[in-house]
Amino acid sequence: MSTPLIEVEDLRIDLDARTRRVAAVEGVSFRIDRGETFGLVGESGCGKSITALSLIGLLRHPLSIGDGKIRFEGREIQNLSPARQRELRGNRIAMIFQEPMTALNPVSPVGRQIAEMFVLHKGKSWREARKLAVEALANVRVPAPERRVKDYPHQLSGGMRQRVMIAIALACEPDLLIADEPTTALDVTVQAEIIDLMKELCAARGTAVLMISHDLGLVANVCRRVAVMYAGRIVEERNSDDVFRAPSHPYTHGLVASLPRLGGRAAHGRSRLQEIKGVVPAIAHYPDGCRFNPRCAKVTEICRMVEPTAELLDAGGLVRCHHHG
Amino acid sequence: MKFRANLIIGGSLFALAVFVGLFAPWLAHTDPVMDANLMNAEEPPSWKWWFGTDAQGRDIYSRVVHGARISLTVGIVSQFVNSIIGVTLGLTAGYIGGWWDDFVNGLTNLMLAIPSLIFALAIMAVLGPGLTSLLIALGLTNWSFTCRIARASALSLKSQGYVQAAKVLGYGNLRIMFTQLLPNMLGPLIVIGTLGMGGAVLAEAALSFLGLGIRPPYPSWGSMLSEARDQITTAPWLSVFPGLAIFLTVLGLNLLGDGLRDILDPQSRSTRV
Repeated sequence: MSTPLIEVEDLRIDLDARTRRVAAVEGVSFRIDRGETFGLVGESGCGKSITALSLIGLLRHPLSIGDGKIRFEGREIQNLSPARQRELRGNRIAMIFQEPMTALNPVSPVGRQIAEMFVLHKGKSWREARKLAVEALANVRVPAPERRVKDYPHQLSGGMRQRVMIAIALACEPDLLIADEPTTALDVTVQAEIIDLMKELCAARGTAVLMISHDLGLVANVCRRVAVMYAGRIVEERNSDDVFRAPSHPYTHGLVASLPRLGGRAAHGRSRLQEIKGVVPAIAHYPDGCRFNPRCAKVTEICRMVEPTAELLDAGGLVRCHHHG
Repeated sequence: MKFRANLIIGGSLFALAVFVGLFAPWLAHTDPVMDANLMNAEEPPSWKWWFGTDAQGRDIYSRVVHGARISLTVGIVSQFVNSIIGVTLGLTAGYIGGWWDDFVNGLTNLMLAIPSLIFALAIMAVLGPGLTSLLIALGLTNWSFTCRIARASALSLKSQGYVQAAKVLGYGNLRIMFTQLLPNMLGPLIVIGTLGMGGAVLAEAALSFLGLGIRPPYPSWGSMLSEARDQITTAPWLSVFPGLAIFLTVLGLNLLGDGLRDILDPQSRSTRV
């Protein structure tokens, strides 16, 4: 087995509350190979975004890495000096965000913001960087890129801004692109365009993708493998086809069942949209035993007492449940 | 279009003052210091003496024109120094935070607690009168508002998405401060800067009026006012014209500041197109 591009092992992220320290994320392990697409799914507050931030060394007080290892190309990066971490950021590991409206500097033309990446990480002169910025805009299929480079962010639509963000993120041809809910703020039709564009560009460059979303359908469409997070833990990790066909963990099952479907009974209003009862517990009040037990349909005595370990599934993948299958 | 009028009127007034200052030797009719002639003492304004003459027979017009040099130098240079100090301290304090922020905050509060004119007076008393000490005194005492504004802007800007994004993209702290924070706070800073320039012109006038700024016989608008105060009833032109010069320059700077703020915001710029 070759060295994975990035490997997270038993990661714990601590949240420093005033009086005590609680683990916001615990026992998270996954690996992404070169050129692979990996999805991290879960509801708000389950720890998926801070897991991503920990990969690029940007956790800030009150959050910090408590334990575990993060290896990039086999090299541990969680203890690198800030300067060395900065060399990775934007250059080898890039990220795009949920809000293309706010992620661009409003007083700087977009071309300049793209060009800055070449100057910053590749040591290009501004003259060269400007030419490369036009190319980068053309690559994300912004029409008339020579003119668009002079535009300010507010002159562009949401979809165009997200294209610019992708151009910035992919400017230095990173090995890993982290996409944190990249399409949540966009129209559905624009969403599809952006996702297709991202898939295509990353595939062409061999860029691995870590896609973070609450939208299981979207992640399954983009990613080969999916990890489902619940309350700071990965509860299931599978090939994305398998997750849909035969979800193993009751939580994943709930997520799949709660996806709205078109046609058939739904169209006639005869089936009610499924939901998962209850709410995500607060970080400081995670229950004993399995963290999903208060909301779980299959709950038994052992679930309330013993925290399940990650078990290998016969079909490949991992699940963290006493009653899986 | 109100802001355009601001910009045009303010800009022209300020440009006029700068022009007069730059070309003072060619615009003045006589030497402002040497050409005293008691035969012409206290002439009211006329075609020959546009702004009248003073008790020594010196041409007020020529003195006002030359005074522009000193007043504007003081206004521009001292406000420039203030802005550099204020922005550097405020920007770093807001962005870095921690003990540095506490320190800068304390210093700012201290500066705000002492009236800046009193502080400038104290510095002048130590350094003695003259242009250089005036520049130092005014340059070191008026940065607290700029600092406050810069710090507050930095605090609110650093949680903006694009500042976070810049961090994620590997920008260093200096680069973030210069490319992400500073350009986005320029609007209020320029307004404060031009207002402060007007304030510095006034402060120069006040200090010179008190005899601590520019010493006679050299003309600054403030020292001219100071000399004219005994004759305000008998020869009002002695105080009216330097006063008018101060008034128009400060007004111009304030209007200019307002106009620049509107035009520097790219979002308001595009609504006009």
